[in-house]
Amino acid sequence: MGDRLKRMAGARQTVMGLSLVLLLAACGGTSSNPGPAASQPPTAGMKPPTSIGTGEGQLNLIAWEGYAEKDWVQPFQQQTGCQVNAKYAGSSDEMVTLMANGGGGQYDMVSASGDADLRLIYGGDVKPVNVNLVPDYTNFQAQFKSPSFNTINGIHYGVSLQWGPNVLLYNKTQFPSAPSSWSTIYDSKYKGQVTIPNNPIQIADAALYLMKTKSNLGITDPYELTQSQFDAAVNLLKQQRPLIKKYWDLASQEISLFTNHDVVIGAAWPYQTNTLQAASVPVADTIPAEGATGWADTWMLGTKAPHPNCAYQWYKWISTPHVQAQQAIFFGETPVNSKACDEMEKLQAGSCAQYHANAPASYFNTIKFWKTPLADCGNGKSECMPYSKWQTAWTSITG
Amino acid sequence: MTVGALARERPAGRVTRVQALLWRRSWMRAALLLGPGLTWFVVIYLASLVLLLITAFWQINPFTTAIERVWNIDNFRTLVTDGTYRLIILRTIALAAAVTITDAVLAFPFAYYMARVASRRVQTALFAAVLLPLWASYLARVYAWILILNHDGVLNWSLLLLHLPPASLGYTNWAMWIVFSYIWLPFMIIPTYAALERIPQSYLEAAADLGARQGQTTWDIILPLALPGIVAGSIFTFSLTLGDYVTPLLVGGAGSSFIGNVVYGNVGIAHNIPFAAALAVVPVAVMALYLLGARRLGAFEAM
Amino acid sequence: MEGAWLRFALRVWAAGILLFLFIPIGLVIVYAFNVSTIQSWPIPGVTLKWFGQTWQDPEVRRALLLSVEAGLMATAVALVLGSMAAFAIHRFQFFGREVISFALVLPLALPGIITGMSLNSFFAFNQITFSLWTIVIGHATFCIVIVYNNVLARLRRTSSSLMEAAMDLGASGWRSFVDVTFPLISTALVAGALLAFALSFDEVIVTTFTAGAQNTLPLWIFGAIRLGQRLPEVNVVVFFVILITIVPVVIASRLSGGGAAGRVEAVAAAEEV
Repeated sequence: MGDRLKRMAGARQTVMGLSLVLLLAACGGTSSNPGPAASQPPTAGMKPPTSIGTGEGQLNLIAWEGYAEKDWVQPFQQQTGCQVNAKYAGSSDEMVTLMANGGGGQYDMVSASGDADLRLIYGGDVKPVNVNLVPDYTNFQAQFKSPSFNTINGIHYGVSLQWGPNVLLYNKTQFPSAPSSWSTIYDSKYKGQVTIPNNPIQIADAALYLMKTKSNLGITDPYELTQSQFDAAVNLLKQQRPLIKKYWDLASQEISLFTNHDVVIGAAWPYQTNTLQAASVPVADTIPAEGATGWADTWMLGTKAPHPNCAYQWYKWISTPHVQAQQAIFFGETPVNSKACDEMEKLQAGSCAQYHANAPASYFNTIKFWKTPLADCGNGKSECMPYSKWQTAWTSITG
Repeated sequence: MTVGALARERPAGRVTRVQALLWRRSWMRAALLLGPGLTWFVVIYLASLVLLLITAFWQINPFTTAIERVWNIDNFRTLVTDGTYRLIILRTIALAAAVTITDAVLAFPFAYYMARVASRRVQTALFAAVLLPLWASYLARVYAWILILNHDGVLNWSLLLLHLPPASLGYTNWAMWIVFSYIWLPFMIIPTYAALERIPQSYLEAAADLGARQGQTTWDIILPLALPGIVAGSIFTFSLTLGDYVTPLLVGGAGSSFIGNVVYGNVGIAHNIPFAAALAVVPVAVMALYLLGARRLGAFEAM
Repeated sequence: MEGAWLRFALRVWAAGILLFLFIPIGLVIVYAFNVSTIQSWPIPGVTLKWFGQTWQDPEVRRALLLSVEAGLMATAVALVLGSMAAFAIHRFQFFGREVISFALVLPLALPGIITGMSLNSFFAFNQITFSLWTIVIGHATFCIVIVYNNVLARLRRTSSSLMEAAMDLGASGWRSFVDVTFPLISTALVAGALLAFALSFDEVIVTTFTAGAQNTLPLWIFGAIRLGQRLPEVNVVVFFVILITIVPVVIASRLSGGGAAGRVEAVAAAEEV
């Protein structure tokens, strides 16, 4: 507890510095010079190891569903002797909480998304990583070597993993051709047949839709919303509520909802599409004209990780082209290792293009990646709705 | 083993009489027996609860979600003023009450049959049948209900076979009501049965001798004597429903959030422990009142 | 004593309740044989492959082992502390007895999520690392109450005159306990222990807040439900747990249900005479 309090004190000082970091991030800077005002995350001074020692026999992971599959966990266990214990979390919030739970020290690594990364870094829950111990790091696409969401002042707090868009999943019998707009999930025609994730970050999806359809609101970034923009997004979601069959918490719930025809359309991850298609359920997914929110995930290393050597072994393993390709195809996302494309083709012809593994950086820029909403709007004004407001509003929408 | 054997072993004397007195009256022995359990209870359980209550008056850093020890009552103010939380609290209590009543109605005739009609062999079999579901994973049983109630589920499939219109119970508050009633039913049957089984046959015979009809006997004698058992069962069904969050998460729909879901959301997801603690005061207060009432009805003797 | 139609109606009611209790369990068993990982009704085909796969799954084994360990330890703690507390409350009159007997029921009567989150804060506050031991502490907290209730109920039903007689005849407190009381309450202890173990073995909510990175069986099941691709394995595990527990459940119901309670009363009554 005392430890946590000390960190808290440190964190409070850093919030100011953080807004600067985010400003730089918004400008697309991949790394920033340590300016005098930018205070360091609490663990910035911790020196990462320069070599990997013998494994501890265990590795405790917090992962998204589908990120610790047998296909690549079992060979890892055989090769390294590190027994993997995976705990699945359904949201970035849950991951942050699990990492901090009991003062940390339970879990070695977390597959955090961009909206969790900075909270973990500035909360002192994760520590610097020596990327030179990960041979495949040099093969990463340029924008994932030192991205602003996991690298601060040139210090890496994790190793990038995969990225992808949140998609619109639909039943092909109901929709013979792919819906072209997110408006279908707000359409009263599908009353009681819609599902969306039970996650406050979903407000950004509504904001993205409004950004493209109601230009008078002046939304420029779905994660930086002023009171009036925020209210508009929340209102849209409140109007949508009668159409919702269920706000899904677990990926399997959405799979079950589509399998049993409880819903015909919804917001999803490609994981659900792949699982449903593998079981011959007539569904498909699409990215509508308004674009999509998305994630860019990073394996981060817990400050008190009890098994750091196994963790580094995992970094090496999960970054190799073959494993990157396996995970990309299994989940339906894009690997960060530029050499994974060939492996994907070997595993499943056409999958490299299907999952954009060879797409130019411009594709990357079309996705609005998850990030933590802050009071600071990124333009020097602090009139935006911080994430705590998002959480409260979400309860009032779904409750 | 027998009392007689004991008597032969040791002659009754003044010393042992004092000892016997000590055994009956002594604080020391009571403290010795109660000490370890009570220490456990106070040091771990009560201390945790008190800590939780204190936390309710603190706040969190909204960005890092670390607890800040700044005393305030904002959490409670939010609970009272925000209509969403009022609605969730009411929904939870109402459904817990509905489940309790449903289980009492379902359990009473069953327990009566077990205790007063069935043969000894059938009695044992039924008791085992009631206990067995407690060993079959709670999660798996709740999940089975999803398969029954969803759009293409077992229920609608059966209705179709019978040429009846399909029901749309899946992912609704009705589904939660059914599943909760199902899951906690054994906790109502067992104490009700125990209470019914203890009613001396002579009471019922006396009632019959005095010309009471069956309905009258049930109403005037059996029900009052079984009441402590039913109330004891209701403590379980009510409290288990009140604090659950897994069933609403799995079988509930849009607008099925329970107190437990909001508490869990704040503890396990948003990491706003102070607010979760404030909200947790509600079920604690409700249960405290419920327990006080239950004790007056003699439920503690029947638990 | 009453009309045949009432007995008939009661029988029908009992059959209905049994169906209600067992249809979902039957369904769990059916889905253990489902060829598809996607669960729809009726199942598209029957297979035994999940049995082999589950048997070889090290995660299942570890989770099962952890659950059994935690359950046994929590039950052991509960047996000792719970029965001692029951004796104290039953035997002695002292200041605060009513308050204590009321408060002791709280861990069972207050919602699990409150026990769970308060223990979670407590462990974090005291910088106790989550492990098997924190799970045991969490489970023992409510298991103690189960044993306490079972033993206390039996003691209340047992005439105290038996022990008094033993002591009048010169037995020490300890002797009268070993020779008279213990045999009388032993069945209550067994029944209480089985129920306590069952609750610990299937506990989800408190465990979620008190477990570390290791999964107990219910936590593993929740993870499998969450992924949605290993549900048949869940069904296989539950199927086996049911099979294995039929014997102890029948024993428990013999002890606490059907006959035992009545017999104890009969013995007590006979001795009183």
